[in-house]
Amino acid sequence: MRLAVTITMALSLVAGAAFAKTPYHDGTAEVIKPTDKNHPLGEIVSGYDFRKAMIRDVQDDDFANPAMLVADHGEELWDTVDGSAGKSLSQVFEGCAEVPLDVVGSVYPRYHNAAGKVISLEQVINMCRETAMGAKPYKWESRDMLGITAYIRMQSRGSRVNVAVDGQASAAFERGKELYYTRVGQLDMSCAHCHEDNYGNYIRADMLSQGNINGFPLYRLKWNGVGSTHRRFRGCMKNIRATPLPYGHEDYVALELYVAWRGNGLKVETPAYRN
Amino acid sequence: MAKIKPRVKVPKKAAAGEIVEIKALISHPMHTGRAKDKKGNKIPRKIINKFVASFDGQDVFTANFEPAVSANPYIAFPFKANKSGAFTFTWVEDGGAEFTASKKMTVA
Amino acid sequence: MLGAAGAVVLAGVPAYADGAAVAAKIKGLTGGKSVGEGAIELDLPEIAENGNAVKVAFSIDSPMTADNYVKAVHVMADGNPTPEVASFNFTPAMGACSASTRMRLAKTQNIIVLAEMNDGSFKQAQATVKVTIGGCGG
Repeated sequence: MRLAVTITMALSLVAGAAFAKTPYHDGTAEVIKPTDKNHPLGEIVSGYDFRKAMIRDVQDDDFANPAMLVADHGEELWDTVDGSAGKSLSQVFEGCAEVPLDVVGSVYPRYHNAAGKVISLEQVINMCRETAMGAKPYKWESRDMLGITAYIRMQSRGSRVNVAVDGQASAAFERGKELYYTRVGQLDMSCAHCHEDNYGNYIRADMLSQGNINGFPLYRLKWNGVGSTHRRFRGCMKNIRATPLPYGHEDYVALELYVAWRGNGLKVETPAYRN
Repeated sequence: MAKIKPRVKVPKKAAAGEIVEIKALISHPMHTGRAKDKKGNKIPRKIINKFVASFDGQDVFTANFEPAVSANPYIAFPFKANKSGAFTFTWVEDGGAEFTASKKMTVA
Repeated sequence: MLGAAGAVVLAGVPAYADGAAVAAKIKGLTGGKSVGEGAIELDLPEIAENGNAVKVAFSIDSPMTADNYVKAVHVMADGNPTPEVASFNFTPAMGACSASTRMRLAKTQNIIVLAEMNDGSFKQAQATVKVTIGGCGG
């Protein structure tokens, strides 16, 4: 019996060395194998699977998920006529966005032909409002913008994130990748230090995820409200004692494209619920 | 300022004698009176302090909320379906403002 | 169970911030009557990743008939600035005694659920919820 125990222990030590992290999820996670051979990770997992049941259960319940209240607000705005052209966003959006509505949430940020560069969903919405509706742009982190982006991205809920990073999007992709690996701030850290090197490990009492953005805009318990990817990027930089960039900065759009690419293949979960 | 909006989930149909689950939620910040705004001033307490579910005019369930209840207060509770009728749900805010929602349920 | 001098002895759980406040609250509700145990099932997370919206649910075994039903349930937290979280008034029309909501917890603490029956008797259950506050990610 003792020999058997010793052998088992020896084997588990060897096995433990082969798998450097303790399993960070309870076995129910959907683990995606990256299709791009240049992807730095061997597995792609949603932030959903790094959280405990108490948090996952709320996201699973559209009735209880407070992020849905903001998406509902967005749904109202979607059909509301606004601006000098007497149109609603629902009437002009697909033309502006250059892709059908049910795909927008899985392909943005995207190279936009009329804009001549990679732009985020927030930027194309404001483009639509200004040019096609004659309406004032929404502020990036306003309840209106969060509502509309949540509502639009939710139309792709369940389909796979699929941002394009080749061709005319490649410059922004490279810029985003550069930013991801650049150390910033007094703490002199990059995104990669937490989300690539240490996902599944704890930082203070938080379990680090891979930092995928397939659920944004989402409700965070920490914020007691819904926020965008740029809010998240800014928050991180503040934590690292770096000066955060303003909402909508082109570096954040590039970073958003790059981080979305890291999560290509994950299901769109907007509007998600996280800690 | 976000609108204060209630939402309820009541099964449209139930079998006689079936115990159904009713869910109710209202969007509300539930200011505890302890948090401070960006200028450092205390945000005064303002919460939903009561939720009442009544069926065909009779109060059947009441929840009294304290500031420890989370923002966008959520409540789920059972109800025995005996006859068809209409629910009225009332949320009461500090200061007396009331918000209501109604739902009908058919009992076979 | 309540000790002789009104000091709270919550059987089997560590003492957190304000046992005295909870004891006083319970005494106010029960009038000093003894409180039994059993029949209350608590649904609380062992560890809450964030204290802003912690699920709290309970289910009490009761026939919920006109002569045998749970009249009220009080939920208390002994580590919050004030112990009361919520209270619920039940009627036999509900057919069952249960409820679920979400509460704010300032830190790791005990949750005490006190049930009052229609015959004036009381039952109680408690559990500890560990609350972690990560603080990262803006």
